[in-house]
Amino acid sequence: MNKTPAIELRNITKTFGKVFANRDVSLEVFYGEILSLLGENGSGKTTLMNMIAGIYYPDEGQILVNGEEAVIRSPKDAFRYKIGMIHQHFKLVDVFTATENVILGLKEKGRYDIKKAREKVKAISEQYGFEIDPDKKIYEMSVSEKQTVEIIKVLYRGADILMLDEPTAVLTPQETEKLFKVLRKMKEAGKAIVIITHKLHEVLAISDRVSVLRKGAYIGTLETAATNESELTEMMVGKKISLNIDRTDPKDPEERLIVAHLSCMNREGLKVLKDVSFTAYSGEILGIAGIAGSGQRELLETIAGLQPITDGGIQYITPGTGIIENLRDKTPMEIRALGVRLSFVPEDRLGMGLVGNMDITENMMLRSYRRGRSVFLEKKAPKSLADQIIEQLEVVTPSRETAVRKLSGGNVQKVLVGREIAAAPTVLMAAYPVRGLDINSSYLIYNLLNEQKANGVAVIFVGEDLDVLVELCDRILVIGHGEVTGIVDGRTAKKEEIGLLMTKGGSKV
Amino acid sequence: MNPFVMFLQRAVIMGVPLIYGATGETITEKSGHLNLGIPGIMYVGSISGVIGAFLYESAVGRENVNPALGILIPLVACLVGSLLMGLIYSFFTVSLRANQNVTGLALTTFGVGIGNFFGGSLIKLTNSELPSVNLTTTSNLFKTPLPFAKDLGWFGEIFLSYGFLAYLGIFLAIFAAIIMKRTRVGLHLRAVGENPATADAAGINVGRYKYFATCLGSMIAGLGGLYYIMDYANGVWSNDGFGDRGWLAIALVIFTVWKTDLGIIGAILFGGLMIVNNYIPGLGLADQELIRILPYLVTIIVLIIVSAREKRETQPPQSLGLSYFREDR
Repeated sequence: MNKTPAIELRNITKTFGKVFANRDVSLEVFYGEILSLLGENGSGKTTLMNMIAGIYYPDEGQILVNGEEAVIRSPKDAFRYKIGMIHQHFKLVDVFTATENVILGLKEKGRYDIKKAREKVKAISEQYGFEIDPDKKIYEMSVSEKQTVEIIKVLYRGADILMLDEPTAVLTPQETEKLFKVLRKMKEAGKAIVIITHKLHEVLAISDRVSVLRKGAYIGTLETAATNESELTEMMVGKKISLNIDRTDPKDPEERLIVAHLSCMNREGLKVLKDVSFTAYSGEILGIAGIAGSGQRELLETIAGLQPITDGGIQYITPGTGIIENLRDKTPMEIRALGVRLSFVPEDRLGMGLVGNMDITENMMLRSYRRGRSVFLEKKAPKSLADQIIEQLEVVTPSRETAVRKLSGGNVQKVLVGREIAAAPTVLMAAYPVRGLDINSSYLIYNLLNEQKANGVAVIFVGEDLDVLVELCDRILVIGHGEVTGIVDGRTAKKEEIGLLMTKGGSKV
Repeated sequence: MNPFVMFLQRAVIMGVPLIYGATGETITEKSGHLNLGIPGIMYVGSISGVIGAFLYESAVGRENVNPALGILIPLVACLVGSLLMGLIYSFFTVSLRANQNVTGLALTTFGVGIGNFFGGSLIKLTNSELPSVNLTTTSNLFKTPLPFAKDLGWFGEIFLSYGFLAYLGIFLAIFAAIIMKRTRVGLHLRAVGENPATADAAGINVGRYKYFATCLGSMIAGLGGLYYIMDYANGVWSNDGFGDRGWLAIALVIFTVWKTDLGIIGAILFGGLMIVNNYIPGLGLADQELIRILPYLVTIIVLIIVSAREKRETQPPQSLGLSYFREDR
């Protein structure tokens, strides 16, 4: 191709603190083509696009627009270069109509004329085949309609280069098909389009070329027509890296938690879990792998009694006696009353797990405050537990009376995990327990999980790093679009295999 | 005069300060700031006008008051006083992102204190027997009714008999409603109050809109205080005379579901409810006091109905009361 690229990135590097979000990335996008940007969670796709959209500024490297070096310091600058980005989280005012949202912030010449704007919105919709009512209020719209408004907003401002951040993540297959039709029309109209995704079949369906990022680094670009799923998966997940996490064999595994045909819906009435079945054994670590938002959170929350279940059952087998308890439709309190020792380390540490403004002792009491008999709080036991956790897990804190919000991410996580383990659980569920932690803290958490495993606890570990999952877990359950797409043995599984399973599922809705 | 006509006229006079207060507060709330300092700001607007008029009257003598200056000086003094209050509030809540409720309540306490301090000082300066400052000359300027008011019977009494500030208040309320609904500035202002992050991403200067709306709102509310003292109270200042009109104005904002044009009717209705006890014959003292709670009762009922209906257009601005940090995501 000897055309001038719409956008050319040269050796872009961006760091957040000490973490490389993007390292030495170079790629090109041409007019009249759709480029897919493929990569796992945290591979730096969104960060890269945000630099083109003016939300971040690169630490090093150049961005060239139409062959000339461009300095893009704000979304406004980006618009001047006719670059528009459609973010994953829509930026729309709920009580405004579609048209009002489209013209928001524009300083058009002449009088404020909503009618003229509405006509223009209509014209754009017809040109590209959007189905949208310009007078409909945003809060009455479906997710797909909101996305349409975002796209029209960008087109209304005359963008020729469009970037879409995981546009299909929130859409049904039918809506996705519609979106793709629109994107193809825009491509025919000569626009340059970048679409961020981690769904392989979509990459193959829509794009002309695909660029792959892995852990912030640029891996390569392929012609879509000349590649296939397994090649892309390999580029995406990369070669196996050895982490040297200890893994002992499970000791006398017995069934502890049986989940059968579990389904649940989210608030919008969409099914987020479909017919999920698995068994967790004592003395093993069951990993859960999947693309973010595939239903991992809902799975743990339904087991913990925090989310209503529409279908299926959850059974707990009491160690020793073998008595079966039914956990379905029970609140966390009822579950505890049954004598089921379930510990849950939620993803949202300072939202669901701990109270940021309370100190370590008080956070310990969140689990034990019911035990006291007198009117006054019984602080002695929680205080010694707090001291014990601070000492054993090496929590770096000025004092026991420091609000946990003031601690670093790793130390917050230590406090939370420490508290949950102190409850001597028989089932321990941890969602992304090492997210945001440095390597040492991560290993500390792995060791804690292993310790629990050795004590005969059934550990369920939701992770995002495949390298960790295959080294830490005895078995790995892969979830895609709310369905179990496979359960593999952690000792023999290949990363590529898991990566491929992650993108499956959701075909039949 | 027909008692009904008189009641209506008094209701309007009672209502005008509320129109100003509610219009100012609505503009402020549309930018996402719940300014509970409005009672204090109206009080400061009132005392600032009084100070201006007092200084001017004593400088030139009552007989030599120039009508134009006699109106202009208190007006400007009132605007400056309430603008300062608005600036204090915006500085704390927009620039320093302090808690809006705490700042607002503190500002009300502060405003009432300032008003009583200067009010008390002026009373001392007059050396009068009564604990009040009397500015009848200035008041008469403010109270000049429209021409023909006297000749048109009940029509003149109801529609033409008020001082110019009453008409200015009604004009401002309608004007604000038009700006809010039909202009780009209004669209942007509403966006800032609903979803500042979206407004920011659209290139709107969120901080500037918040400052502007809060300060403008304070100045308008301050004029309500000026109307109260110069028109309703006949230019007689006595400490704590303003009563709970500021709180009623805030209640009125909810009552009118954040629409300033509706605020005109609402204010007159509230004004009527405040004095209706005087027009029902044979009421005991206890019953009178009971009737005086009607405006609050009506507001609570409207609030319940509005929340129960859950219609998005009648809800408060979505980010009302929340500070905006750009880095918060």
